[in-house]
Amino acid sequence: MKAFAELLERLLFSPGRNTKIALLRAYFATRPDPERGYALAAIAGDLDFPGAKPATLRAMAEARTDPELFNLSYDFVGDLAETIPLIWPPAAPPRAVHDASPELPEIITALRTAKRDAIPDLVAGWLDASQTSTRIALIKLITGGGGLRVGASLRLAKLALAELGGVDVDEIEEVWHSLEPPYLDLFDWLEKRAPRPSPQDKPVFRPVMLAHPIETKDISDLDWSAHRAEWKWDGIRVQLVATPHGKRIYSRTADDISGSFPEILDAMTFHAVLDGELLVIRDNVVAPFSDLQQRLGRKTVSAAMLTAFPAGIRLYDILFEGEHDLRGLTFDERRQRLEAFCAREHPARMELSPLIKFEVHHELAALREGAREAAIEGLMIKRGDSPYLSGRPKGLWWKWKREPLSVDAVLMYAQRGHGKRSSYYSDYTFGVWNEVGELVPIGKAYSGYTDTELLYLDKWIRNHTTARFGPVREVEKELVFEVGFDAAQKSARHKSGVALRFPRILRIRTDKPAAEADQLESVKALIV
Amino acid sequence: MFQMSHSMVDMTPHPQTWLKTTPSGLYCEPGGFYIDPLRPVERAVISHAHADHARPGHKAVLATEGTLAIMRTRMGTEAAGGAQQVLGYGERLRLGDVTITLHPAGHVLGSAQIAMEYQGARAIVSGDYKRQPDPTCAPFEVVPCDVFVTEATFGLPVFQHPEAEDEIGRLLASVAMFADRTHVVGCYALGKCQRLIAELRRAGYDKPIYLHGAHLPVCETYRALGVDLGELLLATVAAKSALKGAIVLAPPSAIADRWARRLEDPVVCMASGWMRIRQRAKAGGVELPLIISDHADWNGLLATIREVGAPEIWVTHGGEEALIHAATRLQIRARALRLIGYGDEDA
Repeated sequence: MKAFAELLERLLFSPGRNTKIALLRAYFATRPDPERGYALAAIAGDLDFPGAKPATLRAMAEARTDPELFNLSYDFVGDLAETIPLIWPPAAPPRAVHDASPELPEIITALRTAKRDAIPDLVAGWLDASQTSTRIALIKLITGGGGLRVGASLRLAKLALAELGGVDVDEIEEVWHSLEPPYLDLFDWLEKRAPRPSPQDKPVFRPVMLAHPIETKDISDLDWSAHRAEWKWDGIRVQLVATPHGKRIYSRTADDISGSFPEILDAMTFHAVLDGELLVIRDNVVAPFSDLQQRLGRKTVSAAMLTAFPAGIRLYDILFEGEHDLRGLTFDERRQRLEAFCAREHPARMELSPLIKFEVHHELAALREGAREAAIEGLMIKRGDSPYLSGRPKGLWWKWKREPLSVDAVLMYAQRGHGKRSSYYSDYTFGVWNEVGELVPIGKAYSGYTDTELLYLDKWIRNHTTARFGPVREVEKELVFEVGFDAAQKSARHKSGVALRFPRILRIRTDKPAAEADQLESVKALIV
Repeated sequence: MFQMSHSMVDMTPHPQTWLKTTPSGLYCEPGGFYIDPLRPVERAVISHAHADHARPGHKAVLATEGTLAIMRTRMGTEAAGGAQQVLGYGERLRLGDVTITLHPAGHVLGSAQIAMEYQGARAIVSGDYKRQPDPTCAPFEVVPCDVFVTEATFGLPVFQHPEAEDEIGRLLASVAMFADRTHVVGCYALGKCQRLIAELRRAGYDKPIYLHGAHLPVCETYRALGVDLGELLLATVAAKSALKGAIVLAPPSAIADRWARRLEDPVVCMASGWMRIRQRAKAGGVELPLIISDHADWNGLLATIREVGAPEIWVTHGGEEALIHAATRLQIRARALRLIGYGDEDA
């Protein structure tokens, strides 16, 4: 376990992406199977230990220390997976001379085979035998179902593996979803002992093509006659993969979200790989993102949810038709294929995302500004001759978002962040004045400020706290933010009746007295 | 316990009747002096020379020889106090109706706990202290008392400082591994800097150690007071090539700033108790966090309040809530002493 712990610690503190890749590569090159495969699975978030939930570990740590002290510590540290190892009392004698923790595969096997009620003692025994960095790695491993948050993404790990094997990272991406921990066949291929594992007809994820934000300079420089325009829908980008051997819905980041959208999966009666936007669509009208949010992250979906928030797809592109890889074709050619595909297959719940006809780009600029419809984020501009490439290639696709709306709101509550921002107050709830002169919260923002502003805000909040509720501080109602957002939507969840889409801090308005912040009425007037 | 507590119950006035919080700081009424006052006063007793405890402009200052010397170095002879009076560790002095003694606090050179005896009760204001060994200052002395005023900078059980020796070992291992890079260690100018140097020397590191200009004066004062620090050079005037593989000590504000650009591909290190919280180290851009602190960690705080045996403690800056909770579980009366302005320098 010590080697893995050391890797995580060095990844966390190494600032550069290249250093991190080098560290990962060295680890994969030197550690034995199956340890390195399990380490990769941990970084991928592919390990799940149903018997060892955060609440179980927390109870275990509270039993060793004191619930009150644990709470205060957790509030300060801001990260459960770090609080447990740090608060763990030193083993007697206090100074552990060496680290006696078991190796990673042994730990994983034990966690998988142990009875649920035996797990706390098992983990406690390992913590007693370990030094701090191993303790942290251990708890991160157990709680890190969705990834370890150690400053190294799965993507970096794949880049390191690509270097190790002297292959293109996209070759790894394309087989990734057909592999399983501890990935022995992957390492065999990379170390030239076996051919590349074949995805065969497995429904694997294909790397997605992404766009650059358009800049003012680009707008004047582009050869607009060579470009096509389409709406940028405000849903989530998905890849629909249907092969004779299975069907999957992948998010842009290659997460398998099939389980949350059974009606879409049912509608995938074809054999193709399609790129599109997942939306809630009622009677052909696209609903605001907040409706789609109701459907995200669910493992099972009730009949009521299916009726209340029906999902649909606006199709952008086609990557495979049957087994034919179309990614080398131009956008215009693929578009024709997609149109023909739709005309032939008539897939339920899906329709083409229309191309927007334009002569000069000024027309588009006007369209974009006019498009305050809740479900449209702006425009996509794509070169007609662009192949479908992975990643964010330069000069082919552009996103042209609407200008944000903004509101002056008063900081009301602050909460400590997580990860890199734990121990800093970085999550801000802000409000505006209602008709009887009370502040009502309208949203929460976690971004938009610089590191320097974060330090300023953290200090300001600590010096202006009026009450504390667990990790949340209420502050004096004095500081005004200019909050930017993409759209205002009606909300039954918020007391104010309004919710903001993508709120972020544009500026800290230390020059503006709180009384001059905006009124709720004027925010409500922006609801579309 | 010092004078038996039944005598306190019978006739001895409780220290809370004569040790008072005022806007200028803690005031000992029958002695007519302030302890570590925040504003200029007639008569001040100073626990140690960190800027948040030792402020300029008092008319009369009483402190250890080390504290006064460092104050003069940092703020100039005049600002260090109109009348400066040295009191050695363990010497008794009568101020008004109070007998005062100073005892080592183990925090930095010259740091002292201030013990006050008045009508049969003894209260100790410990200032900042630590229980780990430190080659540059006298170790903390346990003195029994009726009220113990303690800091709580690291007053949460997540703060468990490893041995400084092990952390220095990690630094030296990194220096060996990245022999072409400069290791720049962020540390405060008073105490931490000299302790790091002394610990490096103890670990056998005998090369010159380079300093940011702000760190040199206090090092000179330490030397004048008899602490051997080996060869020290200014980083500012050194050739860039000489700094390859070297260790440079600089203020925390300089390590990730423009000043550090003069260094050869620096490994940014930081020596502080806060480095125990990894995400905090990470957010500060630190590549090699060293958990070395001049404050007691959680176990040090608990051990100290047990050892001094005071039936009551007052907790100043830091994690008061947790320490009060833990003290109460040990059957010790505990309350927060709300003093503002401390804890701004050196952790």
